[in-house]
Amino acid sequence: MYDIKALYEAGSVQDAVRLRLEHPQAQIIAGGTDVLVQMREGKRAGAELISIFGIDGLRGVSIDGEGNIRIGSLTCFTAITRNPIIQEYINVLGEAVDMVGGPQIRNAGTIGGNTCNGVTSADSASTLFAWDAIVELTGADGVRRIPIQDFYLSAGKVDLRPDEIQTAILIPKESYTGCHGHYIKYAMRHAMDIATTGCSVNVVLSEDKRTIQRARIAYGVAGPIPMRAPAAEAAAAGQALTSGTVEAFAAAVLEDIHPRDSWRASKDFREHIAVEMAKRCLVESSKLAGGVIA
Amino acid sequence: MSKSVGQSKTRVDAFDKAAGRAKYTDDLCGRNALATRLIHSTVAHGLVTAVDTAEAERVPGVVKIFTCFDVPEYYFPTAGHPWSTDPHHQDVADRLLLSRHVRFYGDDVAVVVARDEVAAAQAARLVQVHYEELPFVLDAQEAMAPDAPQLHENYPGNVLGHTQIRNGSYEAASQEPGLIKVEGWYDTPTVQHCHIENHICTAHMEGGRIVVTSSTQIPHIIRRVCGQALGLPWGKIRIIKPYIGGGFGNKQDALYEPLCAWLTTQLGGQLVKIDCAREETFVNNRVRHAIRTHIISYVRPDGTFAARKIECFSNQGAYASHGHGIAAKGMGAFPQIYPCPNVEGDAWTVFTNKPAAGAMRGYGIPQAMWAGEAHLDDVARALGRDPVEYRRQVAMPQGYVDAFSKNENYFDSFRQVMDRGMAAIGYQQKRQDYQNQSGPVRRGIGMALFWYNTAVWPISLESCSCRMVLNQDGSVQVQTGETEIGQGCDTAFAQMAADAIGIPFADVHMVSTQDTDLTPFGTGAYASRQTYVGGFALRQTGELLRDKILSCAVELTRQAKENLDLIDGKIIRITDGRELMGLGELATEALYSLTHSQHITAESTYQIKNNAYSFGCTFAEVEVDVPLCQVKLLDIVNVHDCGRLINPALAEAQVHGGMSMGIGYGLSEQLLFDERTGRPLNNNLLDYKLSTFMDHPHLRAEFVENPEPTSPYGTKALGEPPACSPAPAIRNAILQATGVALNSAPMTPHVLFAAFKQAGLL
Repeated sequence: MYDIKALYEAGSVQDAVRLRLEHPQAQIIAGGTDVLVQMREGKRAGAELISIFGIDGLRGVSIDGEGNIRIGSLTCFTAITRNPIIQEYINVLGEAVDMVGGPQIRNAGTIGGNTCNGVTSADSASTLFAWDAIVELTGADGVRRIPIQDFYLSAGKVDLRPDEIQTAILIPKESYTGCHGHYIKYAMRHAMDIATTGCSVNVVLSEDKRTIQRARIAYGVAGPIPMRAPAAEAAAAGQALTSGTVEAFAAAVLEDIHPRDSWRASKDFREHIAVEMAKRCLVESSKLAGGVIA
Repeated sequence: MSKSVGQSKTRVDAFDKAAGRAKYTDDLCGRNALATRLIHSTVAHGLVTAVDTAEAERVPGVVKIFTCFDVPEYYFPTAGHPWSTDPHHQDVADRLLLSRHVRFYGDDVAVVVARDEVAAAQAARLVQVHYEELPFVLDAQEAMAPDAPQLHENYPGNVLGHTQIRNGSYEAASQEPGLIKVEGWYDTPTVQHCHIENHICTAHMEGGRIVVTSSTQIPHIIRRVCGQALGLPWGKIRIIKPYIGGGFGNKQDALYEPLCAWLTTQLGGQLVKIDCAREETFVNNRVRHAIRTHIISYVRPDGTFAARKIECFSNQGAYASHGHGIAAKGMGAFPQIYPCPNVEGDAWTVFTNKPAAGAMRGYGIPQAMWAGEAHLDDVARALGRDPVEYRRQVAMPQGYVDAFSKNENYFDSFRQVMDRGMAAIGYQQKRQDYQNQSGPVRRGIGMALFWYNTAVWPISLESCSCRMVLNQDGSVQVQTGETEIGQGCDTAFAQMAADAIGIPFADVHMVSTQDTDLTPFGTGAYASRQTYVGGFALRQTGELLRDKILSCAVELTRQAKENLDLIDGKIIRITDGRELMGLGELATEALYSLTHSQHITAESTYQIKNNAYSFGCTFAEVEVDVPLCQVKLLDIVNVHDCGRLINPALAEAQVHGGMSMGIGYGLSEQLLFDERTGRPLNNNLLDYKLSTFMDHPHLRAEFVENPEPTSPYGTKALGEPPACSPAPAIRNAILQATGVALNSAPMTPHVLFAAFKQAGLL
């Protein structure tokens, strides 16, 4: 039995915006895989809920007129993993969200919920950061699009205004074209776990596959919110695809990340793992891009 | 004659459970039940000075709030042991229904009773408890220090129990020239059973008596404990045990049944429900004793042991529960599995400000095997010997008899299970292939033996009662006090009963529910006893019933009893094999006879004064990713000599479950506590890393079927043994892969990171 004060069900995006304005105290619920857990723990006991789960228009993956990949915010993890557009252009995202929880959670949990939670460990988030995703928010005044780095404000806090709901996540065409990526979720077991650290890397190689034109890397749980590692990216950009470059790239992440000590893992351990993950992710991404490490 | 025993019969409860029809405690609970919410201590040690319930009582729907100042002063024991009429052998009575002197973070201080769960939860958040805080201690050895905080008045130094072994002379024997000394400290973690169904119980009153329905392994014992806790004659209590979703020993303890029984007496006999949340199951039920073990072996260059010493420090937590029995059983294995003439052993069980430790699958043996089998590999390494070949030399020989239990090692089980395990996993080739590896990813293979004995005789009572009732159609209801807790004993019992009576398996109807008003006495599911112990009572009662049936057949057929038999549900004249009548015809005739009507039933009790060894081993193959500090289990095989298999498919399933538990014990599971406050940190299934099937390779079970001569069906323990040896086998495989000897379970990436750094691998 959940301690829910009231439940308002939105039939459309406009309806959701109206409900948001009418019930400013209410919490948005989509798949419910986080909100209901929190309510059970007493953290949101007695809350009013606005359910957007019935807005089918927010489900699905498509390519828009500008060639961007558009992922509806209510698309569940399983649907993302199985989607042919995802598989062709940004397969790493499908792989990353396939590591969330277990099958039941992946059938219910949504990418919008995963990002709106604002937590650093979200399996989708590091890949979305690493691919310069754009978050689409719809409110009373229309649509607002912001880079995902700007959407995350602080731990558990995102830039979602009182009248808004998140309606889509976009992967720009220039981001995914010719790009190949790999994600490693480092956790204490192989299912039903939250990342100790997550690392997502992607590369664009030169035509002869010998030079890294662009490398992007983002982490989850290396700080209070997901983060890019710009020093590492700079260390690889334009460099020859060699083991030396891989080592330099991986070593540089320590300039960017600042994991903390907790009972879940020590700072030393997280840093050690982060470097190793960067290395392996870059090697794997380069292989996917057709490169051979010299 | 077709035999049921030995066949992989489909579980008698399979379809009901798979289809969701099987009724568990919550399914049976009336919808008008009052809900409860416990208020748990937020200090690790202290005295409750006041409980302020005023605000909480104003929450709509709250019925009443009871605090530690309201409960009766009957101290009671909780351990699910058979009662002893000898006061010196009775369990420690150190519990009250709610605690004024709180001894761990989470201790029960008060309980809110409300119309529904939401009201109970809302009110619980408003209850204010005030404490006079006391210093606390979490570590067993620290709790033994002279200046350590004291938990219980009657136990100075916090020592609940201390037993020792003095065989020969350790001191003198260790002086022999030329000995090699091998010494190690081995730690095991606090873990929890994590059965699927949390503990739940309900209570109401009927006819001036209290009826408790509970998810328990031990209904008859729970009746006694409830009587003791409430100061009531035991006959005033009736316990009903329906299907339960696992127990693994946690439910071999009185958990919230006494409190629930008392609550209904305070609420006019209304139906009350206490339903543990998973977070409470971790902290407010029972856990496995964390045991730190120190072993010294003095070994001759030829591998023989000159002298051995063991010290065990067992962390009891705040209340006695099963107490010293766990450490004592664990240490008891030490001089037996690898006999040595000179052994000195000391085991201490020590109170600390942690959740109470009780029974858990293996009862001290997983801890003892972690230490002992890790140490054995350390000894083999010091000697430059192969671990299997070395165990072959020093493990308990065939014909060994334990002086205390009179258990005899009738077969050469240890060497046989090792042979089987080696062949199954390809030990010798892999051991050779994996020598002297370098590089970031390395493989290793290792193994561990385990020692186990069945049931609790001669430490405690072993008896089982059984009732059989013949129906008009020739089918039979069978009842025993021994409980189905998911392990499949109802099916094994039905197979035994079918053979003992002489009827088809399908004609046995197991009455799965135990109801202390209706069910014959039995002490329940623990000590891997039921298949062994139940067998005696089932055979005896089955033969009684069969004899009554044949006597009736004499009346109806006018044949000599000596010439009759009951085979497959038919009365057969054995002199010519003629089928004289079916059992259904006989039963109908007997019941409705106008000359001699009889309801054919049988009931008997069998006291067992035997016990049986049950030995086996695990072989494990691992791949260690050194930079990522991760262990991947590639292959794992358990081999058991548990006697003759009653139901091979169920036996295999039992082994798989135990192996999974052993894998988690070795690699990931550990209940953690904040050193500064004593607060449990990860009492939920996300942060407590129970292994999932994604963390397992295919689990393989092999059996060596040496028939146990003391058992009517040639069987012996298999419930707990599968969990005893996987963890040290994995440890020893990591040792071969990396050369790093890990002495603390679980071997998590954090532990590997520190150990690999120290060893210069990182």
